[in-house]
Amino acid sequence: MRFVFKTSYDADISLFKHRAQAVWYGLLLLLVLATPLYFVAIGDAYLLGEITGMLILAIAGMGLMLLTGHTGLPSLGHATFMALGCYLNINLLGAGVPWVIAFPLSGLIAGLLGTMIALPVLRLHGVYLALATLAMSMLTGDFVVIAEPWTGGIAGAAVPDINIFGMEINRYSTPYKFYYLVLFVAIMIVWFYRNLLRTPTGRSFTAIRDSEISARAMGINLTQTKALSFFLSATAAGLAGALFGHSAGYVTNETFDLVMSITLLLMIVIGGLGFIHGAFFGAIVVGIIPVAIANGRTFLATTFDVNINVPGLESALFAFILVCFILFEPMGLYGRWLKIRTYFELFPFYRKDMFKRQKSYLKTDRIQ
Amino acid sequence: MSLLEITDVTLRFGGLVAVDNVSLKVEEGEVFALVGPNGAGKSTIFNLISRFYDPAEGSIRFDGHDLLKNSADQVPGFGIARTFQNIELFEQATVLQNLLVGRHRHRQTGMLSNIVFSPKAYREELRHRAAVEEVIEFLNLQHYRDKMIGGLPYGVRKVVELGRALASEPKLLLLDEPASGLSVEETQDMAFWIEDIQKQMGISVMMVEHDMGLVSAVSGRVMALSDGKELATGTAAEVQSHPAVIEAYLGTGEISKTGTSRA
Ligand SMILES: Nc1ncnc2c1ncn2[C@@H]1O[C@H](COP(=O)(O)OP(=O)(O)OP(=O)(O)O)[C@@H](O)[C@H]1O
Ligand SMILES: [Mg+2]
Repeated sequence: MRFVFKTSYDADISLFKHRAQAVWYGLLLLLVLATPLYFVAIGDAYLLGEITGMLILAIAGMGLMLLTGHTGLPSLGHATFMALGCYLNINLLGAGVPWVIAFPLSGLIAGLLGTMIALPVLRLHGVYLALATLAMSMLTGDFVVIAEPWTGGIAGAAVPDINIFGMEINRYSTPYKFYYLVLFVAIMIVWFYRNLLRTPTGRSFTAIRDSEISARAMGINLTQTKALSFFLSATAAGLAGALFGHSAGYVTNETFDLVMSITLLLMIVIGGLGFIHGAFFGAIVVGIIPVAIANGRTFLATTFDVNINVPGLESALFAFILVCFILFEPMGLYGRWLKIRTYFELFPFYRKDMFKRQKSYLKTDRIQ
Repeated sequence: MSLLEITDVTLRFGGLVAVDNVSLKVEEGEVFALVGPNGAGKSTIFNLISRFYDPAEGSIRFDGHDLLKNSADQVPGFGIARTFQNIELFEQATVLQNLLVGRHRHRQTGMLSNIVFSPKAYREELRHRAAVEEVIEFLNLQHYRDKMIGGLPYGVRKVVELGRALASEPKLLLLDEPASGLSVEETQDMAFWIEDIQKQMGISVMMVEHDMGLVSAVSGRVMALSDGKELATGTAAEVQSHPAVIEAYLGTGEISKTGTSRA
């Protein structure tokens, strides 16, 4: 077990708890930076495209994680904010705005519009908020059709290539550049996210998640703080949507559908609610399942001559995994990892109920 | 002018008059105790001061401000901090993080400077940590500093909640049953802390407490309530021997002159 000695308050404030942790994250950074080398070596960038897709999902997932995992507000409508970001980006680029401006701007406007949409429903709690955002997500496709002049409606819209000061980036023709671009955006958002969590803004979010009564008694304005969380969350989703558009190349009224909203929510639950890591673990699972199913099918067909062609197998498997997580691993994949690590750090003193969430005392006559 | 002035306040829950035309004053630097049988309306008075409830009638003034013109989240800004009868901590956070939320009313940086962790935000963090570290030392919480609330024993949670309130550096501290559920030794500690809070930190304290031993030990003036109405106000001994108070407690066995028994 490592002991963290407090030499100054810097130990609490800095991004990494101790030297070893900084080294691990440094190695991870090197690994993700070097990943394209492998694909250059094998001369096939198909899988790199899949990895880039996971990163884009993780960006959207971080947006939702901030809202749901750290502020305690569920949303079943985050695909809507992705759609906003994507179409804003397309239109800004179409109007001749350079990408370096159009991209962040579409995220910010998506965030603002998202907050305006969310303000009336922010007073709702739990399941009601989930239902309101669900309704929003169900309407998104229709709005895309109605807004045909900007969205191309049912026929869809082609997403222009990225151009950064003359450098053209396209998912297919320059997969490596696209990967690094998405990676850069993801790392920036992780950095912003970490900063939030170690400063008053992030603490006011988690305070609301854990006890609204106490948060108010500490001077936190619920409506303003929730709106701020929604804004940041929708902005990240908008940025992810814009990148998703570049990755897909072509988007229609069916791209940002309800399934995508639900997938995002499932993703962060599987990954581990309340941890930034959770967004990435979840994105990896969501990214791997279709690939695994496809490979499994081919394997069964070629080796045993068994052909499985069940429609909806992916969703069913996904739902099954989710149910298993909620039943057996409510802290998600990241929680499982924490438990394994603690086990080895404390060996042989690990107690089975170490991570058990304690029942709170006497919540009977709470105010409200 | 008193620090806190509650004048003719009435609050009804449907047909039930939870607080019935109550007036009281808390002076700067005093420990003021509210006692009374269960359901007397003590916690409700705290919730009125916190602005969780709107009184039907009356006024509540604090330090020259009309609290009724402000919302619940503005109350701490005037220098009022509180604990809850049933402990309302941020369960999925550490002790340190809980205390840091207590610093919220002193925050000086906004979201933008937080998100890029500007030098100003960094300096502000250092100040908050220093202030919180003092509270941790005062309440002897070093051992629990980085522990999650979820796994802490009841007695420690009570202390953490007191710490979170202290971290906000209030002028008035509202303690709702600070000793309920505590062992004899823990209650003793609580009494010492309340004395230090009043004498050394110069913070006024208003507390609700059933333990008359603690009440007599630390408070200057005591008000007894029953069914939302004031029965008597005076020193602990005066209140305990007041006929109306004895009558209100008759058969409940909650109050005693020796000050050892409690509900
Ligand atoms: N939110 C509420 N809605 C309806 N009635 C309430 C509410 N809160 C309190 N009451 C009622 O108001 C009365 C006063 O309650 P309060 O909690 O202030 O009592 P108390 O003096 O703090 O008692 P205790 O010693 O048990 O904590 C009780 O009869 C209680 O049932
Ligand atoms: Mg009470």
